[in-house]
Amino acid sequence: MDYVFDFSFLESFRSEIINGVRLTILLTVVSILPGFALGTACAVGRLYGPRWLQTAVTIYIEAIRNTPLIIQVFWLFFGLTVLGARIGPFNAAVIALVINTGAYSAEIMRAGFQAIPKGQLEAANCLAMTRRQIFWNIQLPQAAELVYPALVSQFILMMLATSIMSQISVEELTGVGYQVQSITFRGFDVYLVIAVLYLALATMLRLCLHGAAQLAFTRLRKLRTPL
Amino acid sequence: MLGVSLDQYGFLVQGAFWTVVLSLMGFVGGTIVGLPVALARISRGWFLCRASSAYVQFVQGIPLPVIMFVVYFGVSIYGFDVNALVAAAIAMTLYSSAYLGEIWKGCIQAVPKTQWEAGECLALTNLQRFIYIILPQALRIAVPPTVGFLVQIVKNTSYSVVIGFFDLTYSAKILNNATFKPFIIFTAAALIYFAICFPLSRYARRFELRLHRRNA
Repeated sequence: MDYVFDFSFLESFRSEIINGVRLTILLTVVSILPGFALGTACAVGRLYGPRWLQTAVTIYIEAIRNTPLIIQVFWLFFGLTVLGARIGPFNAAVIALVINTGAYSAEIMRAGFQAIPKGQLEAANCLAMTRRQIFWNIQLPQAAELVYPALVSQFILMMLATSIMSQISVEELTGVGYQVQSITFRGFDVYLVIAVLYLALATMLRLCLHGAAQLAFTRLRKLRTPL
Repeated sequence: MLGVSLDQYGFLVQGAFWTVVLSLMGFVGGTIVGLPVALARISRGWFLCRASSAYVQFVQGIPLPVIMFVVYFGVSIYGFDVNALVAAAIAMTLYSSAYLGEIWKGCIQAVPKTQWEAGECLALTNLQRFIYIILPQALRIAVPPTVGFLVQIVKNTSYSVVIGFFDLTYSAKILNNATFKPFIIFTAAALIYFAICFPLSRYARRFELRLHRRNA
């Protein structure tokens, strides 16, 4: 076995690789917040909404969670093209990611809302808070903080899932890897580098999300204890 | 039917067959590799613990399509003729072993510590304690999350499309290129995936509820 690694493509394709990393980060950053918002809305709809809304949200969540992301992306991208709506691959990728993450974070947030101790809600009622105040000041922050570790894992999984978007010609990191590989024929070397880059991205994202938690959760910042 | 012939639906079903085959290979491989990973994760040996933890973190930090590519191109270096099925199966094994190892580690740790202590009081050896006391209890805890993860395995076999493995997603992609009826074809493919995954999800949830009720 005398395989010689050749990482010279790092030099010649540097700008392509950097662009790929940038696009992967962009896809992730753009999709996280809308996905989380959609998920929270769905969790609330499923827990407190009228009967028809509960059914609709349940169907949405089960449909998304039991089919692969790539089929959803194809359905959206090619389907919309047939309908005549040309939204472009990047937008299609973002919409698919938001819809997908929405379904997963809905289940996570639902668990969060259900895990809030009843005493908290009773206390809020005793303070004569309105329904809206209770939701924004008591339920949402506590639910989010309770399930934050699960949310972090979900967002990292979503970042990793952006790697499939090269299938609809969004040239993110994996797509760039494929291009470089098809020019240099160094598939193994190229994808080893890509894998290391993803590892670094996943670590960075985890750190950023933990930093965001410190900013977002006042209680956590002051007490430094898990809820 | 809806502008897609029966033969073409048959083509999808053929792809679905290979999706199931790859899922089973991934699950069996993941079990064979994942069990030692789980044991290493809870072992007291410094090296085993660190090495298995690094392995899990590595695999969980790399997207499955990239793992597929690395395996696909990596195997060919050794001069083997790479079959996409073999590469995909190895990649699925790596992927599911990391997750299953982590799941099972949690299940073993979920068995109350007093059970270990009780075993020690009965003068059982380490191995005896593990096999006769801990394992049967851990297995029962492990069923719902393992079945739940099976859903992930089935869904994630769709990523093997990047190395050109003929599965349900790949056959749907070919059919779409041939007929250009994306709504019908991808809906049909999604329905087949759903038909495989949804019963598993339901079963996992029901089993979990039953487990909770018994413990409560």
